[in-house]
Amino acid sequence: MNTPATTTLLSVRQLTMRFGGLTAIDDLSLEVPAGKITGIIGPNGAGKTTLFNCLTGFYKPTTGSLRLNHPRHGEIRLETLPSHRVARDAQVVRTFQNIRLFPKMTVLENLIVAQHNVLQRASKFSIAGLFNLPGYRRAEAESIARAATWLRRLGLEQLADHAAGELPYGIQRRIEIARALCVDPLLLCLDEPAAGLNPRESAELNDLLLYLSGELGLSILLIEHDMSVVMRVSDHIGVISYGRKIAEGTPEQVKNDPQVIKAYLGEDDDEDDSEQRTHAVAGGANP
Amino acid sequence: MAYALQQLINGLTLGSMYGLIAIGYTMVYGIIGMINFAHGDIFMVSAFIAVTAFTILAAADVTSIPLALTFVLIVSIFFTSAYGWAVERTAYRPLRGSSRLAPLISAIGMSIFLQNTVQLTQGARVKPIPPVLEGGVVLWDAPGFAVQIGWSQILIIVTTVILMSAFTWMITQTPFGRQQRACEQDRKMAALLGVNVDRTISYTFMLGAALAAVAGVMVTVYYGVVDFFIGFLAGIKAFTAAVLGGIGSLPGAMLGGLLIGLIESFWSAYLWAEYKDVATFGILCLVLILRPSGLLGRPEVEKV
Amino acid sequence: MSAVVFARHAMTPAERLRDAAWVAFVGLVLGIPMVGLTTVDAGGRLGVETRFGLLAAVVAAVFGGRLLLRWAIDQARNRKLERERASTATAADRASGALKLVNFLGWVALGTAITLPILFSDNRYVVDTATTVLIYVMLGWGLNVVVGLAGLLDLGYVAFYAVGAYSYALLSTQFGWSFWEALPVSGALAASFGILLGYPILRLRGDYLAIVTLGFGEIIRIILVNWTEFSGGPNGISSIPRPSFFGLDFTRSPAEGEQSFAGFFGLEFSPMHRLIFLYYLILVLALLTHAFVSRLRKLPVGRAWEALREDEIACQAMGMNTTHIKLSAFAIGAMLGGFGGVFFAARQGFISPESFVFTESAIILAIVVLGGMGSQMGVVLAATLLVLIPEFGRGLAEYRMLLFGLAMVLIMVWRPGGLLAHREPTLRLKPLQQSAPAKEAAR
Repeated sequence: MNTPATTTLLSVRQLTMRFGGLTAIDDLSLEVPAGKITGIIGPNGAGKTTLFNCLTGFYKPTTGSLRLNHPRHGEIRLETLPSHRVARDAQVVRTFQNIRLFPKMTVLENLIVAQHNVLQRASKFSIAGLFNLPGYRRAEAESIARAATWLRRLGLEQLADHAAGELPYGIQRRIEIARALCVDPLLLCLDEPAAGLNPRESAELNDLLLYLSGELGLSILLIEHDMSVVMRVSDHIGVISYGRKIAEGTPEQVKNDPQVIKAYLGEDDDEDDSEQRTHAVAGGANP
Repeated sequence: MAYALQQLINGLTLGSMYGLIAIGYTMVYGIIGMINFAHGDIFMVSAFIAVTAFTILAAADVTSIPLALTFVLIVSIFFTSAYGWAVERTAYRPLRGSSRLAPLISAIGMSIFLQNTVQLTQGARVKPIPPVLEGGVVLWDAPGFAVQIGWSQILIIVTTVILMSAFTWMITQTPFGRQQRACEQDRKMAALLGVNVDRTISYTFMLGAALAAVAGVMVTVYYGVVDFFIGFLAGIKAFTAAVLGGIGSLPGAMLGGLLIGLIESFWSAYLWAEYKDVATFGILCLVLILRPSGLLGRPEVEKV
Repeated sequence: MSAVVFARHAMTPAERLRDAAWVAFVGLVLGIPMVGLTTVDAGGRLGVETRFGLLAAVVAAVFGGRLLLRWAIDQARNRKLERERASTATAADRASGALKLVNFLGWVALGTAITLPILFSDNRYVVDTATTVLIYVMLGWGLNVVVGLAGLLDLGYVAFYAVGAYSYALLSTQFGWSFWEALPVSGALAASFGILLGYPILRLRGDYLAIVTLGFGEIIRIILVNWTEFSGGPNGISSIPRPSFFGLDFTRSPAEGEQSFAGFFGLEFSPMHRLIFLYYLILVLALLTHAFVSRLRKLPVGRAWEALREDEIACQAMGMNTTHIKLSAFAIGAMLGGFGGVFFAARQGFISPESFVFTESAIILAIVVLGGMGSQMGVVLAATLLVLIPEFGRGLAEYRMLLFGLAMVLIMVWRPGGLLAHREPTLRLKPLQQSAPAKEAAR
């Protein structure tokens, strides 16, 4: 279990999500500590992405609650908010398993769009913007500087003015993380950020995640299949199978948990089964 | 009361035709997740084909009504299906996998193209044909008002019932129906399992067009006039019917069609006939806003 | 069976022949009921007329055209491959080249637009046609916000045009408002209609939105036709006052105590004065629209529109209220359409529901789509083409909508970005010249 010194940022309580006859998440409870990296692992179709979708307002959970302990706004019930308010007010920001950039816009524009709410406020219903008043100009310069900082940190500076959709896959993954960082997240939810990355890129991702959590104190929730990433960076891991939490603890504890070994290493058959089951029942409704 | 009963009969007739067209929308939507904007014009094309076929028969002195109807139906179904196929092939297939907006725009272009082709080749004037099926049965000779059901109305309602049953059988029982439903649920998976997705989609367009062709023949028989603009309104109303019934659902399309037909005929009879189209549009907006999954449709889960 | 529209590999001549024969056969089947046969009025009854000669010609044309098309596609592909192999130009070079070209075209268009009435000061027809082009340019720019930038397919744009036109017509004929007083009010009214309509329906998916807007356009038209006391019904509203030049009217004999434009400047009266004034008026309105939209595009709201077009779910995940963003696009598009309508009513002096049919919406949409969604210069190019083509001959006028429809399909298939598809970023981290090495880094 998590060390007593850390405070809980997010607590998921008895979350259940049903699609018609399929129960994607079944009475799941989970604590996400502040300033740490929490890994979520589990076989395909275990309900990990569904958890993210509930968390970020894209799905309304059937029952259960998602309580965020926001340092300024107090407790926020995420399940009551529409998706844009989860990002804007609760500052829970996510990336997507199947990258969702704005492909025709440049990398820089992608990062500026992520700062929309700040900029829109500064543009005063676009009036200050239309006349290019100093207040707006300053806000715009700041947003560019902020984007440039993240681009530099993620090694994307050279590509800033390229259409995001034309860049290689691994780079698009990084852009998506940079874009999420520009929203100023309290909790960053990454959905398989290492998918499709080569070992070198994976290692870079490790460094980045450790930097974000260690140096900046950002809380990260991480869904990942790449064990070399999860085991290395996570402070705390939750294991989900068939929508239920089957284990929780430090990477060491999880690695040696017999339940996990059964679900995971016992093994390929299980994974295939769950995948097929999802398809057969939901017709692919559960991504 | 008698007057209301008459409206009920008229509404059911109208609704049957909307239902037939609506099935085309619903099937295409089910399989490619998009509205076939050119479907109303496909229906219009079929009505023109019917007019030409009826005129040829009149010139050839064919007097047997069953023979004439069979001939016209076959001819119209054949050519209209070809149009349905061509629309899919040119306006939809090349754009599969592109942005959502592109096939919508190309389909609207196709609709404009068809409408103007017909206007140019067949003329902009209204085409009247001599009545095919006259007379009817007086159901109730109420004082001051006789409730009557015309032979053409009987024909329309009976044909629709037969077609609907045949169609339901085909979708639920035949190999094509299975492939069609498989593509609807998961196109990629269906392709992996050996379903020829392209061909299934083509057939779906053709089937939709064939049903629209039946509706086109019926409209020609019932009203006796067609013009190049009938596809626009009929298309929107049938689409409304499909949405009201729950887009993607076959019984829903039929139910929606009947409801729209009834609403339209009662609205015209008791309220303002000139605003009957506004009523349909109003229903469309209300359904989309309040219950986008319609009466019989399943709610969509957005994939994130 | 090869694809009817395009195949992904080059074809051998035999394959091309077979492909063309197949397409010609399809043309034959489709052509029999529409081209080969037609019904004509023969003494009160319909008679059938055959046109097999015409049908044969059409099928032959389809065959030949298809052959030629396939050949041209293969040629173009080969040339493109060679160019790509030979070319050392970087993406940045190409971008700056496209930008220069668009800028150059823009200046040429502006120069032509300004000097045109001076060069053709006594040619009523030219000035009139150019005014029509500019109305469409303005409407195209307005709709471009909704369709091109925000990616919302609005098939009932003409409704806002009608709201603008009728507001001005009623405000001026019933309450004696002047053009300049009515202009902002009518624009605001059109924008309110946009918001009223948009609020409930903007949550809908793209194709539903398209059909609801189409329905809305029809509702407005049906109301205008039937609500005679309000709108004059099918007869419309006539004697709408014309705009004045800072209070100077363009009349031969001004009213008591007022001065006419010709009288004030000591010119001899000419009806061309008003036409030229109207021309410059719409030019100014169009240029203001252009400046406004171009600036908006570079503001947060404009970038949000484009982001929305690219990926709505990602927008939500970035904390953007997509309903508000859509509404703003809808309202601004509606307002610009309303302005266009005010000018239209003032120019014609007479309006009726006839002018606000679905075909108008389709034409404006075609202008946006053909020109290049989101491209301001593309709209100018497409509007000019679409207005001028039918002017070159009555025969062409008949085929105008047919060609528009066909062009919309073909453009979507071959060049979904439109004629001028280049997109200029709204801001850059570095100026263009320095970013050339970036391509290397991207590899």
